[in-house]
Amino acid sequence: MQVKVKINGKEYQDDVEPRMLLVHFIREKARLTGTHIGCDTGNCGACTVLFNGRTIKSCLMLAVQANGAEIMTIEGLSTNGLHPIQDAFLEKFGFQCGYCTSGMILSAYVLLQSNPQPTDHEIREALEGNLCMCTGYQQIVESISYAATKMKEAGK
Amino acid sequence: MAQIKQTIKPNGKYMGRRIMRKEDPRLLSGKGAYVDDIHLPNTAHVAFLRSEHANARITKLDISRARALAGVIQIVTGADLRGVVENIPPMGVLPDLFVPQHPVLATDRVRYVGEPIAAVLAENPYIAQDALELIHVEYDPLPVVVEMEKAIEPGSPLVHEQSKSNVAGTFKLDSGDIERAFRKADRIVTGRFVNQRVAPMPMEARAVQADYQAGEKMLTVWSATQIPHLLRSSLSRLLKVPENRLRVIAPDVGGAFGGKLNVYREEVLLPLLAMRLGRPVKWIETRRENMRAMIHGRDQINYVELAVTKDGRMLGLKCRTLADIGAYPQMLTAAIPTLTAIMATGCYKIPALSFELTDVFTNKMATDAYRGAGRPEATYLIERIVDMAAAELKMDPAEIRSRNFLKSSEFPFTTPSGLIYDSGNYKTCMDKALDLAGYNKLRQQQERARKQGRLMGIGLSTYVEICAMGPATSDPPGGGWESATVRIEPSGKVTVLSGASPHGQGEETTYAQIAADQLSVPFDDVTVIHGDTASVPPGVGTFGSRNTAVGGTAVYMSAQKIRTKMEAIAANLLEINPKNIVLRDGTLQSKLNPKKSVSVREVARAAYTAKKLPPGMEPGLSETSFFSPKNYTFPFGTHVCVVEVERETGEVKIIKYVAMDDCGKVINPMTVEGQVQGGIAQGLGQALYEEIIYDDNGQLVTGSLMDYAFPKATQLPEYICDRTETPTTSNPLGVKGVGEAGTIGATPALVNAVVDALAPYGIQHLDMPLKPEKVWRTIEEKPEAR
Ligand code: FES
Ligand code: FES
Repeated sequence: MQVKVKINGKEYQDDVEPRMLLVHFIREKARLTGTHIGCDTGNCGACTVLFNGRTIKSCLMLAVQANGAEIMTIEGLSTNGLHPIQDAFLEKFGFQCGYCTSGMILSAYVLLQSNPQPTDHEIREALEGNLCMCTGYQQIVESISYAATKMKEAGK
Repeated sequence: MAQIKQTIKPNGKYMGRRIMRKEDPRLLSGKGAYVDDIHLPNTAHVAFLRSEHANARITKLDISRARALAGVIQIVTGADLRGVVENIPPMGVLPDLFVPQHPVLATDRVRYVGEPIAAVLAENPYIAQDALELIHVEYDPLPVVVEMEKAIEPGSPLVHEQSKSNVAGTFKLDSGDIERAFRKADRIVTGRFVNQRVAPMPMEARAVQADYQAGEKMLTVWSATQIPHLLRSSLSRLLKVPENRLRVIAPDVGGAFGGKLNVYREEVLLPLLAMRLGRPVKWIETRRENMRAMIHGRDQINYVELAVTKDGRMLGLKCRTLADIGAYPQMLTAAIPTLTAIMATGCYKIPALSFELTDVFTNKMATDAYRGAGRPEATYLIERIVDMAAAELKMDPAEIRSRNFLKSSEFPFTTPSGLIYDSGNYKTCMDKALDLAGYNKLRQQQERARKQGRLMGIGLSTYVEICAMGPATSDPPGGGWESATVRIEPSGKVTVLSGASPHGQGEETTYAQIAADQLSVPFDDVTVIHGDTASVPPGVGTFGSRNTAVGGTAVYMSAQKIRTKMEAIAANLLEINPKNIVLRDGTLQSKLNPKKSVSVREVARAAYTAKKLPPGMEPGLSETSFFSPKNYTFPFGTHVCVVEVERETGEVKIIKYVAMDDCGKVINPMTVEGQVQGGIAQGLGQALYEEIIYDDNGQLVTGSLMDYAFPKATQLPEYICDRTETPTTSNPLGVKGVGEAGTIGATPALVNAVVDALAPYGIQHLDMPLKPEKVWRTIEEKPEAR
């Protein structure tokens, strides 16, 4: 089946099997490998992407269901240099192995859009769908909180 | 925001500081390259057919329909491997260990659910999965061995008929006069503690890709592994490919926690398939597969007896341990529980020890190294029994610990198991932890809470662990050393090539800090390379909290050698005595006249243009060192956990968590905290939520992330972390290692807190995980609760 998806502003069109998962389309067809796969049950959030502005787990959706949609992956977050959230993750050591990081950053991005000054608890709640096996979450929470402050200061 | 204390002052321009590498944001922008991200044209995709039975004979294996499916390239079964590669031997063994044949693919018998039987190669992963469905296997199921206590009873069915029982091997440790200790005791406190089986669960499951370049006779293997060099040596032996024609690359690795410290069947098969097929092959493990067929951790039952006097002095410790090792010992399976034995006395001066370990075969996946590897079990058993003793003697848990701690003046201390603890300051560390937690206030709060009928508990865990694996004399995997090459390039930039293979621990940063300080170059001028056997010196790998202590020391040693050489070159350029040269702020200058100086860059240029070198000196600025430690290191710490148990639901809420760790000198406080916190999370995960459950048929009940309760952000507390700093004498950096500390300290702290909370009901022990239902039920069963 023909699928046309806009990912990070660029159009990708391909003939895919109806059963192909969106995450595989992103990784294999668009060759954007920043979106990861950590499970087969929709639990880990490593495959989180933005789907028409909302976060979704791209392993729970078929590529054909995304026909016509606008997707943003980690690669589309910032075109020049690092986004303030990425910067904060670097400065506050919000990642170790980096495997969950794309999903974490995109979840944080959506959170900060709707709630620019979240409490630590709100941040943790926003990360409900994203597991991290390395950090114990605290440095992730600190990174996001720091990003919020920085973004406010910068008036972004 | 979390309170992070930092009481220790940095000791270098970069070393000791809270900094991150700025020039390396790959992983943050999705530009990392994990195995699955590496695309080679014309790749064949592999999927494994795995046993659905825990113990069965394979009576029929028919691949014909699968073979006929369009897009299937080849199907390989155990029969095809006969005479090619048959058996993967383990490394860590006990003298009497029964070592069964460990075939790459099962032929006529399977012994655990998930055991690989056949490998399908197909044009894409979807087709490979389809083909699996078309393979027809007939099994003749055999009685299954699941519980280790039953497994060692006479008459139990056998996992391996060739061994006379399910006892795989034994290990005994006797020291001091144990009988006398027990005779002299006022009390003997006993406990049976189950340290349940858990999954290491790296976010990236296993992944292997292999490519054979026939023209160059070069086999390249990408694997999500902790040990590229050890894997290379094993593959070389098993596949009969010379080591210098074999290149193993551990690219970005998405966590490991011991799970990737192994040589797996799949890792052996993939390169073989690449050679046979003449095409690149790739296998990306699914999470369900990973939970069945990557090693598990822990799984011990400890029967513990502690002999104490009425004033709380510990006289002797007896422990009988059963360790469930699954069906086939993997690389270090048998070595792990011996670490429990040798560390069983913990931070205490206990004159007599008797430890009896029995490794038991069951129809399950093997256990092996999972973060902490044997030490969490040791700490758990000693810290639980010490708390039980305190409760029985009506003594404060801090007091009983303090009475039995080794004193700082007693180091180096030879333990009952013959280890030499390098250095320690246990009491100071505990006192600081108690202070930071506000221990006395907490006890008062607890008293008030109890009066109000609330179940508040305070748990302590004081641990010592064994790290920086390890001295060569102790036979560690790979020889125990680590290597590093440090090179100043002609431009003055610095490259560090490490034999260790970090994957998230932050050594790109810490190694750069060490090199930058020793060579007086800007931190951002240092690049750290690791994980590729073709570009880095021979190495061992990442495990046993050894990266900074052993690998970092190798970096330090190489940097020192370069420094000496730079001094000689500078002296020649400046025409002064090398003894009068100092390296400061990026220049080599005369001590007597700082104006007489040359920059590191100029020296580098001189080293490579080779025109003005001291007579007889070789050109270049590149040095390699191998550091082989003489002793382990023994980090320690105190964790304090405060909980409140909800009476109506049994839910455990963590109110406060304080970790006071001592990992010796610290190169980077931020990465240390990262290690500690991540470790605590895993330790709490085991204490509260996680459990690998096999049912009576040996079927894995917790076989996906849906059923296996890995904790989320809302389920974990804030950690308040601080440190004391007692340097080790085992390496020149004074660094002890911290990768596993959190996991070791956290589990007993949490369980001790919950048991303390439930003390009003006369509850003395509760086995993990402390899920609400279990806690609630335990309360309900107590008459005091009615
Ligand atoms: S891959 Fe785990 S939720 Fe999508
Ligand atoms: S950083 Fe490794 S899983 Fe989050």
